[in-house]
Amino acid sequence: MNLLRRRQIHNILAFTATGLATLAGLSVLAALLWTLISRGVQSLSPALFTQSTPAPGSAGGLANAIYGSLLMTGLGILAGAPIGILAGTYLSEYGRGTRLASVIRFINDVLLSAPSIIIGLFVYTAVVLQVGHFSALAGAMSLAIISIPVMVRTSEDMLRLIPNSMREASAGLGAHPWQTIVNIIYPAARNGLLTGLLLSIARISGETAPLLFTALNNQFWSTKLNAPMANLPTVIFQFAMSPYEDWQKLAWSGALLITAFVLVLSIVARMISKLFRKQSGA
Amino acid sequence: MVAEALDVKALLNRERRAERVFRGASTFCAVLVLLILGGIIFSLAYDSWPALHTFGWSFITAQKWNPVTEQFGALAPLFGTLVTSIIAMSIAVPISFGIAIFLTEICPVWLRAPISTAIELLASIPSIVFGIWGLFVLAPILQRSGQPWLIAHFGKIPGIGFLFQGPPFGIGLLTAGLVLAVMVLPFITSVMREVFAIVPMALKEAAYGVGATQWEVVRGVVVPWSRAGMIGALMLGLGRALGETMAVTFVVGNAHRITGSLLAPGTTIAAAIANEFTEAVGTLYTSSLIALGLLLFLITFTVIGLARFLLMRLESGAGARD
Repeated sequence: MNLLRRRQIHNILAFTATGLATLAGLSVLAALLWTLISRGVQSLSPALFTQSTPAPGSAGGLANAIYGSLLMTGLGILAGAPIGILAGTYLSEYGRGTRLASVIRFINDVLLSAPSIIIGLFVYTAVVLQVGHFSALAGAMSLAIISIPVMVRTSEDMLRLIPNSMREASAGLGAHPWQTIVNIIYPAARNGLLTGLLLSIARISGETAPLLFTALNNQFWSTKLNAPMANLPTVIFQFAMSPYEDWQKLAWSGALLITAFVLVLSIVARMISKLFRKQSGA
Repeated sequence: MVAEALDVKALLNRERRAERVFRGASTFCAVLVLLILGGIIFSLAYDSWPALHTFGWSFITAQKWNPVTEQFGALAPLFGTLVTSIIAMSIAVPISFGIAIFLTEICPVWLRAPISTAIELLASIPSIVFGIWGLFVLAPILQRSGQPWLIAHFGKIPGIGFLFQGPPFGIGLLTAGLVLAVMVLPFITSVMREVFAIVPMALKEAAYGVGATQWEVVRGVVVPWSRAGMIGALMLGLGRALGETMAVTFVVGNAHRITGSLLAPGTTIAAAIANEFTEAVGTLYTSSLIALGLLLFLITFTVIGLARFLLMRLESGAGARD
């Protein structure tokens, strides 16, 4: 009886500890969001979206940084998404079961978690050094390289959810593999691929380290792809580390904007993915 | 009739050509992943050659980092990277384990999805946001109450007292480790949860059948069965912690030195690169920073590669063992 009692107490103690761990994790998220919202809304105003980054001590907004971030993220995903989807198609369709595919899958998984600052260094040495100056294009390129592993992984996973019977039915009608993929598999996996796309955008829109030595930063409004361009993460970094209070306030607003954008994207992606998994019966 | 037959033949040829093109394009894009890896290794190795050639092995063993006299050694950032990652892991691993067990074994089913979503959302928050939060919220709290308490209570204990010496700066290795812990926690949790979820039900039922309590099932069945996967999850988190840049740059203090105290400012490989790269003048300085990058890449590549290897084996073994 005594032993049973002790085992039950052990049980309760252990599970209370796991509950507390969960509570700790959730409260960190809550604390983070609370700080972001309470500090970020202070300087949230229309000027944030209409004026460029100010000199210390004067009023301004983040318009040039927001534009730069949207542009570079857009260009990055425009280059990264097709490559990622095609590579995912190879892993799921043409290369399934081959040794090459498993090597690529492994390397892709490693690149997926590789430090993003390394990608920044790579683009710096491969592009910036060769061209001779920092540019928005180099920034977009490093974002594209970061988005590729995410796209490869999610598209392969999503394409694999499509049942083989559909591939067989299509092949039985005499379709070439590319016809099956383009006309049957892609439409069936549309929501899954969309999930991957949204997750990739979420991933690269907050990246800072790879932009530091590629796009650099720009105090002024600039639309030149061939020149340094402002972007939200780098501006947040510079402003938050500065001793000026109005710069720090802008940094908080920028952080709130980016986090809200990324969280909304992630939640929408999650909902679409759930819908997709239900549809394909997985 | 003849013309129509020719048309069919032309159509078939066109489709075959399209097949070759599509197949070629998708294979090329897949191989591009390998080329990216090769390009990264080659360009980093090529541009770090001046530094590696000048300093040789002493690049890794020397502590001196002096841009003025052009003396560069990676020991201090290497030390900082390891210390902050060890702090992060020793906090994040037990908590992640707790959350993963809670979610797979205890939590009511209707609560599972919201909690795991919330934890995973933590992973999608950009690292710069963790950095600014660490600098303006966490560091002041630590400076005011956390660190003075540590110094008062642990600073005089022989053996571990040296870890808690010096004034409470707020920022430093300990703060960086704490922020890192929060950042890697969702990654470790979600992998551990997946690993625990594939423990065969029959094994657990057998243990319950002989009268085990829930916790005994966790200790006696779930944990032993998942050992390889848990190590994989841990190393994946470690890979993240080692390479995390922005959050650490905000709070680590960016000082190239090695001290015993966890409260002192230090630096990590990634933080040193982020902080100094755009200001670096001269081939040797730039090259030394790129060599730091190469070092970081080799370390994280090994750790993440090992983690993926363990998890991959588990995934392919799971089907066989069921």
